[in-house]
Amino acid sequence: MIAYAIRRILIAVPTLIIVLTITFVLVRIAPGDPAEVRLGDYANKESVEALRKEMGLDKSMWAQYLETLKGLLHGDFGRSMINGRPISEEIKRSLPYTVQLTLMGIIFGIIFGIPTGVYTALKRNTLPDYIGRTLSLGGLSFPTFYLGILLMLAFSIKIPLFPVVGGGDIHNLADNLLHLALPGLTLGLIMTAYVTRMARSSVLNTLNEDYVRTARAKGLTERKVIYKHLLRNSLLAITALIGVYAIVLIGGSVMVEIVFSRPGLGKMMIGALKQRDYTTLQAVMIIFASLVVFINLITDLTYGLIDPRVRYK
Amino acid sequence: MKKRGKRRKILKTFLKNRTSLIGACISAAMIFIAILAPWISPIDPLKQNVYHRLTPPERGHLLGTDEYGRDVLSRIFTGTRISFFVGIISVTLGMVIGTGMGMLAGYAGGKVETAVMRTLDIMMAFPDEVFGVMVMIVLGTGVENVIIAITVLMIPRFARMGHAPTLALKEQDYIAAAKSIGASDSRVIMRHVLPNIFGDILVMSTLWLGTAIRLEASLSFLGVGVPPPTPTLGSMVRAGVDFLGVAPWVSVFAGLAILVSIFGFNLLGDSLRDITDPKLYAR
Repeated sequence: MIAYAIRRILIAVPTLIIVLTITFVLVRIAPGDPAEVRLGDYANKESVEALRKEMGLDKSMWAQYLETLKGLLHGDFGRSMINGRPISEEIKRSLPYTVQLTLMGIIFGIIFGIPTGVYTALKRNTLPDYIGRTLSLGGLSFPTFYLGILLMLAFSIKIPLFPVVGGGDIHNLADNLLHLALPGLTLGLIMTAYVTRMARSSVLNTLNEDYVRTARAKGLTERKVIYKHLLRNSLLAITALIGVYAIVLIGGSVMVEIVFSRPGLGKMMIGALKQRDYTTLQAVMIIFASLVVFINLITDLTYGLIDPRVRYK
Repeated sequence: MKKRGKRRKILKTFLKNRTSLIGACISAAMIFIAILAPWISPIDPLKQNVYHRLTPPERGHLLGTDEYGRDVLSRIFTGTRISFFVGIISVTLGMVIGTGMGMLAGYAGGKVETAVMRTLDIMMAFPDEVFGVMVMIVLGTGVENVIIAITVLMIPRFARMGHAPTLALKEQDYIAAAKSIGASDSRVIMRHVLPNIFGDILVMSTLWLGTAIRLEASLSFLGVGVPPPTPTLGSMVRAGVDFLGVAPWVSVFAGLAILVSIFGFNLLGDSLRDITDPKLYAR
Protein backbone atom coordinates (compact mmCIF):
# COMPACT_ATOMS: atom_id res chain seq x y z
CA MET A 1 0.00 0.00 0.00
CA ILE A 2 2.80 2.40 0.89
CA ALA A 3 4.57 1.68 -2.39
CA TYR A 4 1.37 2.37 -4.28
CA ALA A 5 0.85 5.59 -2.35
CA ILE A 6 4.36 6.80 -3.09
CA ARG A 7 4.00 5.95 -6.76
CA ARG A 8 0.75 7.88 -6.97
CA ILE A 9 2.17 10.91 -5.19
CA LEU A 10 5.18 10.97 -7.49
CA ILE A 11 2.93 11.06 -10.56
CA ALA A 12 1.12 14.06 -9.14
CA VAL A 13 4.26 16.22 -9.13
CA PRO A 14 4.92 16.40 -12.91
CA THR A 15 1.21 16.96 -13.45
CA LEU A 16 1.36 19.99 -11.19
CA ILE A 17 4.38 21.36 -13.01
CA ILE A 18 2.72 20.98 -16.39
CA VAL A 19 -0.41 22.65 -15.08
CA LEU A 20 1.65 25.53 -13.72
CA THR A 21 3.39 25.95 -17.06
CA ILE A 22 0.13 25.96 -18.97
CA THR A 23 -1.35 28.55 -16.60
CA PHE A 24 1.76 30.70 -16.84
CA VAL A 25 1.71 30.69 -20.63
CA LEU A 26 -2.03 31.23 -20.95
CA VAL A 27 -2.06 34.15 -18.57
CA ARG A 28 0.83 35.78 -20.39
CA ILE A 29 -0.57 35.50 -23.90
CA ALA A 30 -3.81 37.11 -22.83
CA PRO A 31 -4.30 40.59 -24.27
CA GLY A 32 -3.93 43.65 -22.10
CA ASP A 33 -0.79 44.87 -20.41
CA PRO A 34 -1.12 45.01 -16.61
CA ALA A 35 0.98 48.13 -16.26
CA GLU A 36 -1.20 49.95 -18.77
CA VAL A 37 -4.35 48.83 -17.04
CA ARG A 38 -3.07 49.95 -13.68
CA LEU A 39 -1.98 53.40 -14.85
CA GLY A 40 -5.00 54.06 -16.98
CA ASP A 41 -5.50 55.35 -20.50
CA TYR A 42 -3.71 58.65 -20.12
CA ALA A 43 -0.42 57.38 -18.72
CA ASN A 44 2.66 58.32 -20.70
CA LYS A 45 5.11 55.82 -22.10
CA GLU A 46 7.87 56.38 -19.56
CA SER A 47 5.74 55.71 -16.52
CA VAL A 48 4.32 52.56 -18.12
CA GLU A 49 7.85 51.34 -18.82
CA ALA A 50 8.94 52.18 -15.28
CA LEU A 51 6.00 50.29 -13.81
CA ARG A 52 6.67 47.33 -16.04
CA LYS A 53 10.23 47.24 -14.78
CA GLU A 54 9.02 47.44 -11.20
CA MET A 55 6.55 44.60 -11.78
CA GLY A 56 9.29 42.53 -13.35
CA LEU A 57 7.48 42.41 -16.68
CA ASP A 58 10.45 43.54 -18.73
CA LYS A 59 12.43 40.38 -18.08
CA SER A 60 12.34 37.55 -20.58
CA MET A 61 9.53 34.98 -20.37
CA TRP A 62 11.95 32.30 -19.33
CA ALA A 63 13.35 34.45 -16.48
CA GLN A 64 9.83 35.23 -15.30
CA TYR A 65 8.94 31.54 -15.45
CA LEU A 66 11.92 30.49 -13.37
CA GLU A 67 11.17 33.22 -10.87
CA THR A 68 7.60 32.02 -10.54
CA LEU A 69 8.74 28.43 -10.10
CA LYS A 70 11.27 29.39 -7.46
CA GLY A 71 8.71 31.43 -5.60
CA LEU A 72 6.19 28.60 -5.62
CA LEU A 73 8.66 26.24 -4.02
CA HIS A 74 8.78 28.65 -1.11
CA GLY A 75 5.04 29.06 -1.05
CA ASP A 76 5.39 32.55 -2.43
CA PHE A 77 2.81 33.33 -5.06
CA GLY A 78 4.15 36.76 -5.81
CA ARG A 79 2.41 40.04 -5.36
CA SER A 80 -0.86 41.26 -6.75
CA MET A 81 -0.40 43.48 -9.77
CA ILE A 82 -3.20 45.72 -8.63
CA ASN A 83 -2.51 46.41 -5.00
CA GLY A 84 0.98 44.98 -4.59
CA ARG A 85 0.08 42.87 -1.58
CA PRO A 86 1.44 39.34 -1.28
CA ILE A 87 -1.00 36.96 -2.91
CA SER A 88 -0.38 34.14 -0.45
CA GLU A 89 -2.05 36.27 2.21
CA GLU A 90 -5.19 36.63 0.15
CA ILE A 91 -5.15 32.95 -0.70
CA LYS A 92 -4.90 32.11 2.99
CA ARG A 93 -7.93 34.29 3.61
CA SER A 94 -10.01 32.99 0.70
CA LEU A 95 -9.11 29.32 0.63
CA PRO A 96 -11.01 28.32 3.80
CA TYR A 97 -14.26 29.72 2.40
CA THR A 98 -13.93 27.69 -0.78
CA VAL A 99 -12.81 24.52 0.97
CA GLN A 100 -15.67 24.78 3.48
CA LEU A 101 -18.19 25.27 0.72
CA THR A 102 -16.93 22.42 -1.46
CA LEU A 103 -16.63 20.05 1.51
CA MET A 104 -20.14 20.78 2.66
CA GLY A 105 -21.41 20.12 -0.84
CA ILE A 106 -19.58 16.79 -1.07
CA ILE A 107 -20.61 15.61 2.40
CA PHE A 108 -24.24 16.66 1.93
CA GLY A 109 -24.30 14.89 -1.40
CA ILE A 110 -22.88 11.67 0.01
CA ILE A 111 -25.14 11.63 3.07
CA PHE A 112 -28.33 12.20 1.11
CA GLY A 113 -27.34 10.78 -2.24
CA ILE A 114 -26.20 7.27 -1.37
CA PRO A 115 -29.26 6.21 0.62
CA THR A 116 -31.57 7.72 -1.99
CA GLY A 117 -29.70 6.02 -4.80
CA VAL A 118 -29.70 2.66 -3.08
CA TYR A 119 -33.39 2.97 -2.21
CA THR A 120 -34.47 3.87 -5.73
CA ALA A 121 -32.39 1.02 -7.09
CA LEU A 122 -34.00 -1.50 -4.79
CA LYS A 123 -37.47 -0.12 -5.50
CA ARG A 124 -36.86 -0.08 -9.22
CA ASN A 125 -39.65 0.98 -11.58
CA THR A 126 -42.01 1.88 -8.76
CA LEU A 127 -43.29 5.36 -7.93
CA PRO A 128 -40.48 6.25 -5.49
CA ASP A 129 -38.01 5.30 -8.20
CA TYR A 130 -39.66 7.51 -10.80
CA ILE A 131 -39.79 10.44 -8.43
CA GLY A 132 -36.18 9.91 -7.41
CA ARG A 133 -35.00 9.62 -11.00
CA THR A 134 -36.85 12.72 -12.15
CA LEU A 135 -35.66 14.78 -9.21
CA SER A 136 -32.06 13.71 -9.62
CA LEU A 137 -32.12 14.37 -13.36
CA GLY A 138 -33.68 17.74 -12.61
CA GLY A 139 -31.00 18.39 -10.03
CA LEU A 140 -28.16 17.90 -12.39
CA SER A 141 -29.90 19.90 -15.12
CA PHE A 142 -30.06 22.87 -12.80
CA PRO A 143 -27.41 25.46 -13.57
CA THR A 144 -25.55 25.97 -10.31
CA PHE A 145 -25.93 29.72 -10.29
CA TYR A 146 -29.66 29.51 -10.95
CA LEU A 147 -30.27 27.16 -8.03
CA GLY A 148 -28.27 29.51 -5.82
CA ILE A 149 -30.34 32.46 -6.96
CA LEU A 150 -33.61 30.64 -6.35
CA LEU A 151 -32.52 29.59 -2.87
CA MET A 152 -31.38 33.13 -2.16
CA LEU A 153 -34.72 34.47 -3.34
CA ALA A 154 -36.68 32.03 -1.20
CA PHE A 155 -34.71 31.89 2.03
CA SER A 156 -32.83 35.18 2.18
CA ILE A 157 -35.01 37.72 0.46
CA LYS A 158 -38.62 36.61 0.63
CA ILE A 159 -38.23 34.84 3.98
CA PRO A 160 -35.24 36.46 5.70
CA LEU A 161 -33.82 33.35 7.29
CA PHE A 162 -30.26 33.53 6.07
CA PRO A 163 -27.92 36.39 5.20
CA VAL A 164 -28.08 37.37 1.56
CA VAL A 165 -24.41 37.82 0.74
CA GLY A 166 -21.01 37.47 2.23
CA GLY A 167 -18.97 34.79 3.89
CA GLY A 168 -19.26 35.83 7.47
CA ASP A 169 -16.50 35.86 10.04
CA ILE A 170 -14.57 32.64 9.66
CA HIS A 171 -13.68 32.60 13.33
CA ASN A 172 -17.24 32.98 14.60
CA LEU A 173 -18.84 29.58 14.19
CA ALA A 174 -22.46 30.72 14.22
CA ASP A 175 -21.85 33.52 11.74
CA ASN A 176 -19.81 31.20 9.60
CA LEU A 177 -22.50 28.52 9.47
CA LEU A 178 -25.24 31.02 8.73
CA HIS A 179 -23.36 32.26 5.70
CA LEU A 180 -22.45 28.73 4.66
CA ALA A 181 -26.00 27.38 4.78
CA LEU A 182 -27.46 28.49 1.45
CA PRO A 183 -24.31 28.28 -0.70
CA GLY A 184 -23.57 24.87 0.79
CA LEU A 185 -27.14 23.75 0.22
CA THR A 186 -26.91 24.79 -3.43
CA LEU A 187 -23.84 22.66 -4.06
CA GLY A 188 -25.15 19.93 -1.78
CA LEU A 189 -28.40 19.50 -3.69
CA ILE A 190 -26.63 19.27 -7.01
CA MET A 191 -24.11 16.80 -5.63
CA THR A 192 -26.98 14.75 -4.19
CA ALA A 193 -28.47 14.52 -7.67
CA TYR A 194 -25.21 13.23 -9.13
CA VAL A 195 -24.54 10.77 -6.32
CA THR A 196 -28.11 9.43 -6.34
CA ARG A 197 -27.95 8.61 -10.02
CA MET A 198 -24.59 7.03 -9.74
CA ALA A 199 -25.36 5.04 -6.60
CA ARG A 200 -28.54 3.82 -8.24
CA SER A 201 -26.81 2.60 -11.39
CA SER A 202 -23.97 1.07 -9.39
CA VAL A 203 -26.35 -0.86 -7.15
CA LEU A 204 -28.42 -1.96 -10.16
CA ASN A 205 -25.30 -3.33 -11.81
CA THR A 206 -24.27 -5.14 -8.66
CA LEU A 207 -27.77 -6.58 -8.17
CA ASN A 208 -27.32 -8.63 -11.30
CA GLU A 209 -24.06 -10.14 -10.20
CA ASP A 210 -23.94 -13.81 -9.39
CA TYR A 211 -22.74 -13.50 -5.84
CA VAL A 212 -25.90 -11.63 -4.90
CA ARG A 213 -27.99 -14.54 -6.13
CA THR A 214 -25.72 -16.87 -4.22
CA ALA A 215 -26.09 -14.83 -1.07
CA ARG A 216 -29.86 -14.85 -1.39
CA ALA A 217 -29.87 -18.56 -2.19
CA LYS A 218 -27.81 -19.18 0.88
CA GLY A 219 -30.70 -17.75 2.84
CA LEU A 220 -29.17 -14.51 4.00
CA THR A 221 -31.62 -11.86 5.09
CA GLU A 222 -32.17 -9.06 2.59
CA ARG A 223 -30.53 -6.70 5.03
CA LYS A 224 -27.35 -8.71 5.13
CA VAL A 225 -27.34 -8.98 1.37
CA ILE A 226 -27.54 -5.23 1.05
CA TYR A 227 -24.99 -4.27 3.63
CA LYS A 228 -22.46 -7.03 3.45
CA HIS A 229 -22.32 -7.61 -0.27
CA LEU A 230 -24.05 -5.01 -2.37
CA LEU A 231 -22.75 -1.87 -0.71
CA ARG A 232 -19.16 -2.91 -0.35
CA ASN A 233 -18.84 -3.68 -4.00
CA SER A 234 -20.75 -0.64 -5.15
CA LEU A 235 -18.47 1.42 -2.92
CA LEU A 236 -15.68 1.14 -5.45
CA ALA A 237 -17.58 2.75 -8.30
CA ILE A 238 -19.05 5.29 -5.91
CA THR A 239 -15.60 6.35 -4.68
CA ALA A 240 -14.26 6.82 -8.18
CA LEU A 241 -17.21 8.93 -9.20
CA ILE A 242 -17.23 11.02 -6.04
CA GLY A 243 -13.73 12.09 -7.05
CA VAL A 244 -15.00 13.19 -10.46
CA TYR A 245 -17.97 15.03 -9.02
CA ALA A 246 -15.83 16.76 -6.42
CA ILE A 247 -14.04 18.40 -9.32
CA VAL A 248 -17.36 19.42 -10.83
CA LEU A 249 -18.25 20.93 -7.47
CA ILE A 250 -15.08 23.01 -7.43
CA GLY A 251 -16.23 24.55 -10.69
CA GLY A 252 -19.67 25.02 -9.19
CA SER A 253 -18.20 26.71 -6.13
CA VAL A 254 -16.92 29.50 -8.37
CA MET A 255 -20.47 30.20 -9.55
CA VAL A 256 -21.94 29.97 -6.06
CA GLU A 257 -19.33 32.32 -4.67
CA ILE A 258 -20.23 34.91 -7.29
CA VAL A 259 -23.94 34.58 -6.61
CA PHE A 260 -23.61 34.89 -2.85
CA SER A 261 -20.59 37.22 -2.94
CA ARG A 262 -18.74 34.71 -0.83
CA PRO A 263 -15.07 35.75 -0.45
CA GLY A 264 -13.49 32.52 -1.69
CA LEU A 265 -11.12 31.58 -4.50
CA GLY A 266 -13.78 31.86 -7.18
CA LYS A 267 -14.57 35.45 -6.31
CA MET A 268 -10.84 36.16 -6.15
CA MET A 269 -10.37 34.72 -9.61
CA ILE A 270 -13.17 36.70 -11.22
CA GLY A 271 -12.01 39.87 -9.51
CA ALA A 272 -8.48 39.33 -10.78
CA LEU A 273 -9.86 38.59 -14.24
CA LYS A 274 -11.74 41.87 -14.42
CA GLN A 275 -8.68 43.83 -13.32
CA ARG A 276 -6.20 41.96 -15.50
CA ASP A 277 -4.25 41.03 -12.37
CA TYR A 278 -2.09 38.37 -13.99
CA THR A 279 -0.18 37.21 -10.96
CA THR A 280 -3.31 36.71 -8.87
CA LEU A 281 -5.08 34.93 -11.75
CA GLN A 282 -2.13 32.63 -12.21
CA ALA A 283 -1.95 31.89 -8.50
CA VAL A 284 -5.66 31.08 -8.24
CA MET A 285 -5.56 28.83 -11.31
CA ILE A 286 -2.64 26.95 -9.82
CA ILE A 287 -4.50 26.50 -6.55
CA PHE A 288 -7.58 25.21 -8.37
CA ALA A 289 -5.57 22.76 -10.41
CA SER A 290 -3.68 21.66 -7.32
CA LEU A 291 -6.99 21.01 -5.56
CA VAL A 292 -8.05 18.84 -8.47
CA VAL A 293 -4.78 16.91 -8.48
CA PHE A 294 -5.09 16.51 -4.73
CA ILE A 295 -8.65 15.18 -4.97
CA ASN A 296 -7.62 12.73 -7.69
CA LEU A 297 -4.79 11.59 -5.46
CA ILE A 298 -7.09 11.02 -2.47
CA THR A 299 -9.55 9.18 -4.68
CA ASP A 300 -6.87 6.89 -6.06
CA LEU A 301 -5.48 6.21 -2.60
CA THR A 302 -8.95 5.44 -1.25
CA TYR A 303 -9.48 3.20 -4.23
CA GLY A 304 -6.28 1.39 -3.34
CA LEU A 305 -7.45 0.99 0.22
CA ILE A 306 -10.81 -0.48 -0.74
CA ASP A 307 -9.76 -2.67 -3.64
CA PRO A 308 -6.59 -4.67 -3.02
CA ARG A 309 -6.36 -5.53 -6.71
CA VAL A 310 -5.50 -1.95 -7.55
CA ARG A 311 -2.49 -1.85 -5.24
CA TYR A 312 -0.64 -4.68 -6.83
CA LYS A 313 -0.96 -3.64 -10.43
CA MET B 1 -31.67 -6.66 -42.70
CA LYS B 2 -30.47 -6.95 -39.12
CA LYS B 3 -29.64 -3.27 -38.79
CA ARG B 4 -33.02 -2.14 -39.99
CA GLY B 5 -34.73 -4.37 -37.49
CA LYS B 6 -32.59 -3.02 -34.67
CA ARG B 7 -33.28 0.58 -35.58
CA ARG B 8 -36.99 -0.03 -35.80
CA LYS B 9 -36.95 -1.69 -32.41
CA ILE B 10 -35.20 1.32 -30.94
CA LEU B 11 -37.73 3.66 -32.52
CA LYS B 12 -40.65 1.63 -31.17
CA THR B 13 -39.20 1.60 -27.67
CA PHE B 14 -38.52 5.29 -27.96
CA LEU B 15 -42.10 6.10 -28.89
CA LYS B 16 -43.54 3.97 -26.12
CA ASN B 17 -41.27 5.37 -23.42
CA ARG B 18 -42.83 8.32 -21.65
CA THR B 19 -39.54 9.87 -20.59
CA SER B 20 -38.08 9.93 -24.07
CA LEU B 21 -41.25 11.41 -25.51
CA ILE B 22 -41.38 14.18 -22.93
CA GLY B 23 -37.69 14.85 -23.43
CA ALA B 24 -38.13 14.93 -27.19
CA CYS B 25 -41.08 17.32 -26.92
CA ILE B 26 -39.31 19.74 -24.62
CA SER B 27 -36.16 19.69 -26.74
CA ALA B 28 -38.13 20.17 -29.93
CA ALA B 29 -40.08 23.05 -28.41
CA MET B 30 -36.91 24.82 -27.32
CA ILE B 31 -35.27 24.26 -30.70
CA PHE B 32 -38.31 25.75 -32.40
CA ILE B 33 -38.15 28.76 -30.15
CA ALA B 34 -34.46 29.13 -30.93
CA ILE B 35 -35.01 28.92 -34.68
CA LEU B 36 -38.12 31.08 -34.84
CA ALA B 37 -37.03 33.63 -32.24
CA PRO B 38 -36.77 36.66 -34.53
CA TRP B 39 -40.26 36.00 -35.85
CA ILE B 40 -42.15 35.06 -32.71
CA SER B 41 -40.73 37.79 -30.46
CA PRO B 42 -43.59 40.17 -29.71
CA ILE B 43 -41.26 43.14 -29.18
CA ASP B 44 -37.75 43.98 -30.38
CA PRO B 45 -35.49 42.50 -27.69
CA LEU B 46 -33.13 45.45 -27.90
CA LYS B 47 -35.80 48.13 -27.68
CA GLN B 48 -35.43 50.11 -24.48
CA ASN B 49 -38.23 51.95 -22.76
CA VAL B 50 -37.07 53.58 -19.57
CA TYR B 51 -40.57 54.60 -18.55
CA HIS B 52 -41.42 50.92 -18.18
CA ARG B 53 -38.40 49.68 -16.28
CA LEU B 54 -38.78 46.61 -14.13
CA THR B 55 -42.50 46.16 -14.60
CA PRO B 56 -43.96 42.82 -13.50
CA PRO B 57 -45.57 40.41 -15.99
CA GLU B 58 -48.66 41.90 -17.60
CA ARG B 59 -50.52 41.83 -20.90
CA GLY B 60 -48.09 43.89 -22.92
CA HIS B 61 -45.08 42.14 -21.48
CA LEU B 62 -45.89 38.53 -20.67
CA LEU B 63 -42.77 38.06 -18.58
CA GLY B 64 -42.22 41.64 -17.48
CA THR B 65 -39.50 44.11 -18.38
CA ASP B 66 -35.87 44.42 -17.38
CA GLU B 67 -33.87 47.32 -16.03
CA TYR B 68 -33.91 49.13 -19.39
CA GLY B 69 -37.56 48.50 -20.07
CA ARG B 70 -36.83 45.75 -22.57
CA ASP B 71 -39.31 42.90 -22.95
CA VAL B 72 -38.09 39.88 -21.02
CA LEU B 73 -39.98 37.33 -23.13
CA SER B 74 -38.47 38.53 -26.39
CA ARG B 75 -35.03 38.64 -24.85
CA ILE B 76 -35.45 35.10 -23.59
CA PHE B 77 -36.38 33.92 -27.08
CA THR B 78 -33.28 35.56 -28.53
CA GLY B 79 -31.13 34.36 -25.65
CA THR B 80 -32.30 30.80 -26.23
CA ARG B 81 -31.38 31.20 -29.89
CA ILE B 82 -27.85 32.27 -28.97
CA SER B 83 -27.46 29.45 -26.44
CA PHE B 84 -28.55 26.82 -28.94
CA PHE B 85 -26.45 28.31 -31.71
CA VAL B 86 -23.33 28.21 -29.53
CA GLY B 87 -24.22 24.84 -28.07
CA ILE B 88 -24.96 23.00 -31.29
CA ILE B 89 -21.90 24.31 -33.10
CA SER B 90 -19.60 23.60 -30.15
CA VAL B 91 -20.87 20.07 -29.67
CA THR B 92 -20.70 19.29 -33.39
CA LEU B 93 -17.17 20.64 -33.72
CA GLY B 94 -16.13 18.92 -30.50
CA MET B 95 -17.65 15.68 -31.73
CA VAL B 96 -15.84 15.76 -35.05
CA ILE B 97 -12.48 16.90 -33.70
CA GLY B 98 -12.64 14.99 -30.44
CA THR B 99 -13.80 11.65 -31.77
CA GLY B 100 -11.29 11.94 -34.60
CA MET B 101 -8.47 12.62 -32.19
CA GLY B 102 -9.51 9.76 -29.93
CA MET B 103 -9.77 7.28 -32.76
CA LEU B 104 -6.48 8.37 -34.32
CA ALA B 105 -4.71 8.20 -31.00
CA GLY B 106 -6.10 4.76 -30.27
CA TYR B 107 -5.26 3.47 -33.69
CA ALA B 108 -1.78 4.96 -33.89
CA GLY B 109 -0.75 3.75 -30.49
CA GLY B 110 2.67 4.29 -29.03
CA LYS B 111 4.01 7.76 -28.32
CA VAL B 112 1.32 9.53 -30.32
CA GLU B 113 -1.40 7.91 -28.30
CA THR B 114 0.30 8.66 -25.00
CA ALA B 115 0.96 12.27 -25.93
CA VAL B 116 -2.60 12.92 -27.05
CA MET B 117 -4.32 11.18 -24.15
CA ARG B 118 -2.01 12.75 -21.58
CA THR B 119 -2.69 16.21 -22.99
CA LEU B 120 -6.40 15.57 -22.76
CA ASP B 121 -5.98 14.36 -19.18
CA ILE B 122 -4.21 17.58 -18.29
CA MET B 123 -7.04 19.55 -19.87
CA MET B 124 -9.45 17.74 -17.61
CA ALA B 125 -7.36 18.76 -14.60
CA PHE B 126 -9.28 22.03 -14.58
CA PRO B 127 -12.95 22.27 -13.65
CA ASP B 128 -15.07 23.25 -16.64
CA GLU B 129 -15.94 26.77 -15.57
CA VAL B 130 -12.34 27.57 -14.54
CA PHE B 131 -10.95 26.30 -17.84
CA GLY B 132 -13.63 28.16 -19.76
CA VAL B 133 -12.74 31.40 -17.99
CA MET B 134 -9.07 30.79 -18.75
CA VAL B 135 -9.73 30.32 -22.45
CA MET B 136 -11.92 33.42 -22.59
CA ILE B 137 -9.20 35.46 -20.88
CA VAL B 138 -6.80 34.51 -23.64
CA LEU B 139 -9.20 34.90 -26.54
CA GLY B 140 -11.30 37.81 -25.39
CA THR B 141 -15.09 38.04 -25.56
CA GLY B 142 -17.30 37.39 -28.56
CA VAL B 143 -19.49 34.62 -29.94
CA GLU B 144 -16.72 32.93 -31.90
CA ASN B 145 -14.49 32.76 -28.85
CA VAL B 146 -17.23 31.33 -26.67
CA ILE B 147 -17.76 28.64 -29.30
CA ILE B 148 -14.04 27.91 -29.33
CA ALA B 149 -13.92 27.72 -25.53
CA ILE B 150 -16.83 25.29 -25.29
CA THR B 151 -15.56 23.22 -28.22
CA VAL B 152 -12.25 22.84 -26.41
CA LEU B 153 -14.13 21.62 -23.35
CA MET B 154 -16.09 19.11 -25.43
CA ILE B 155 -13.08 17.62 -27.21
CA PRO B 156 -11.70 15.49 -24.33
CA ARG B 157 -15.13 13.99 -23.69
CA PHE B 158 -15.55 12.83 -27.27
CA ALA B 159 -11.92 11.78 -27.54
CA ARG B 160 -12.41 9.38 -24.65
CA MET B 161 -15.40 7.89 -26.45
CA GLY B 162 -13.45 7.34 -29.63
CA HIS B 163 -10.33 6.06 -27.96
CA ALA B 164 -11.40 2.93 -26.04
CA PRO B 165 -13.47 1.23 -28.80
CA THR B 166 -10.63 1.84 -31.26
CA LEU B 167 -8.20 0.14 -28.90
CA ALA B 168 -10.49 -2.85 -28.58
CA LEU B 169 -11.12 -3.13 -32.29
CA LYS B 170 -7.48 -2.80 -33.23
CA GLU B 171 -6.80 -6.28 -31.97
CA GLN B 172 -9.58 -7.97 -33.88
CA ASP B 173 -8.68 -10.47 -36.57
CA TYR B 174 -10.74 -8.91 -39.29
CA ILE B 175 -8.75 -5.72 -38.98
CA ALA B 176 -5.57 -7.65 -39.70
CA ALA B 177 -7.36 -9.36 -42.55
CA ALA B 178 -8.52 -6.07 -44.01
CA LYS B 179 -5.05 -4.60 -43.81
CA SER B 180 -3.51 -7.67 -45.38
CA ILE B 181 -5.57 -7.15 -48.50
CA GLY B 182 -4.36 -3.59 -48.62
CA ALA B 183 -7.01 -1.56 -46.80
CA SER B 184 -5.58 1.81 -45.84
CA ASP B 185 -5.64 2.88 -42.22
CA SER B 186 -8.28 5.50 -42.71
CA ARG B 187 -10.54 3.04 -44.46
CA VAL B 188 -10.21 0.63 -41.57
CA ILE B 189 -11.14 3.33 -39.08
CA MET B 190 -14.04 4.70 -41.07
CA ARG B 191 -15.60 1.43 -42.06
CA HIS B 192 -15.14 -0.58 -38.91
CA VAL B 193 -14.68 1.57 -35.84
CA LEU B 194 -16.93 4.48 -36.69
CA PRO B 195 -20.21 2.62 -37.37
CA ASN B 196 -19.89 0.83 -34.08
CA ILE B 197 -19.50 3.91 -31.95
CA PHE B 198 -21.65 6.30 -33.96
CA GLY B 199 -24.87 5.53 -32.13
CA ASP B 200 -23.30 6.00 -28.73
CA ILE B 201 -21.68 9.23 -29.85
CA LEU B 202 -24.98 10.64 -30.99
CA VAL B 203 -26.62 9.77 -27.69
CA MET B 204 -23.84 11.36 -25.67
CA SER B 205 -23.97 14.43 -27.93
CA THR B 206 -27.51 15.01 -26.78
CA LEU B 207 -26.45 14.88 -23.17
CA TRP B 208 -23.43 17.07 -23.77
CA LEU B 209 -25.52 19.62 -25.62
CA GLY B 210 -27.14 20.25 -22.26
CA THR B 211 -23.69 20.67 -20.75
CA ALA B 212 -22.67 23.07 -23.50
CA ILE B 213 -25.77 25.20 -22.94
CA ARG B 214 -25.04 25.26 -19.23
CA LEU B 215 -21.44 26.29 -19.88
CA GLU B 216 -22.46 29.11 -22.22
CA ALA B 217 -24.90 30.37 -19.60
CA SER B 218 -22.27 30.12 -16.86
CA LEU B 219 -19.69 32.02 -18.89
CA SER B 220 -22.25 34.71 -19.72
CA PHE B 221 -23.23 34.89 -16.07
CA LEU B 222 -19.61 35.43 -15.09
CA GLY B 223 -19.33 38.19 -17.64
CA VAL B 224 -16.94 36.48 -20.05
CA GLY B 225 -19.49 35.20 -22.53
CA VAL B 226 -21.14 36.85 -25.49
CA PRO B 227 -20.92 40.57 -24.82
CA PRO B 228 -23.82 43.06 -24.62
CA PRO B 229 -26.06 44.26 -26.15
CA THR B 230 -26.72 40.74 -27.44
CA PRO B 231 -29.14 39.23 -24.94
CA THR B 232 -27.90 35.95 -23.48
CA LEU B 233 -29.75 33.96 -20.86
CA GLY B 234 -26.75 33.94 -18.52
CA SER B 235 -26.17 37.68 -18.62
CA MET B 236 -29.88 38.28 -18.12
CA VAL B 237 -29.79 36.21 -14.93
CA ARG B 238 -26.72 38.11 -13.81
CA ALA B 239 -28.30 41.48 -14.42
CA GLY B 240 -31.44 40.37 -12.62
CA VAL B 241 -29.56 39.47 -9.44
CA ASP B 242 -29.01 43.15 -8.68
CA PHE B 243 -32.73 43.70 -8.17
CA LEU B 244 -33.78 40.24 -7.12
CA GLY B 245 -35.88 41.59 -4.28
CA VAL B 246 -37.94 44.02 -6.31
CA ALA B 247 -38.04 42.43 -9.75
CA PRO B 248 -37.25 38.71 -9.51
CA TRP B 249 -38.93 37.85 -12.81
CA VAL B 250 -35.91 38.77 -14.91
CA SER B 251 -33.55 36.29 -13.27
CA VAL B 252 -36.20 33.69 -12.56
CA PHE B 253 -37.58 33.44 -16.09
CA ALA B 254 -34.22 33.68 -17.84
CA GLY B 255 -32.85 30.97 -15.58
CA LEU B 256 -35.96 28.90 -16.11
CA ALA B 257 -35.34 28.95 -19.84
CA ILE B 258 -31.84 27.61 -19.25
CA LEU B 259 -33.13 24.95 -16.89
CA VAL B 260 -35.87 23.73 -19.22
CA SER B 261 -33.49 23.55 -22.19
CA ILE B 262 -30.93 21.51 -20.29
CA PHE B 263 -33.59 19.32 -18.69
CA GLY B 264 -35.17 18.55 -22.05
CA PHE B 265 -31.92 17.38 -23.57
CA ASN B 266 -30.96 15.45 -20.47
CA LEU B 267 -34.30 13.63 -20.47
CA LEU B 268 -33.94 12.86 -24.14
CA GLY B 269 -30.32 11.78 -23.98
CA ASP B 270 -30.78 9.78 -20.82
CA SER B 271 -33.73 7.81 -22.14
CA LEU B 272 -31.92 7.27 -25.45
CA ARG B 273 -28.97 5.91 -23.54
CA ASP B 274 -31.18 3.52 -21.61
CA ILE B 275 -32.95 2.39 -24.76
CA THR B 276 -29.79 1.75 -26.76
CA ASP B 277 -27.98 0.06 -23.91
CA PRO B 278 -27.09 -3.39 -25.26
CA LYS B 279 -27.30 -4.87 -21.78
CA LEU B 280 -30.98 -4.11 -21.71
CA TYR B 281 -31.71 -6.28 -24.72
CA ALA B 282 -30.80 -9.31 -22.71
CA ARG B 283 -33.20 -8.50 -19.90
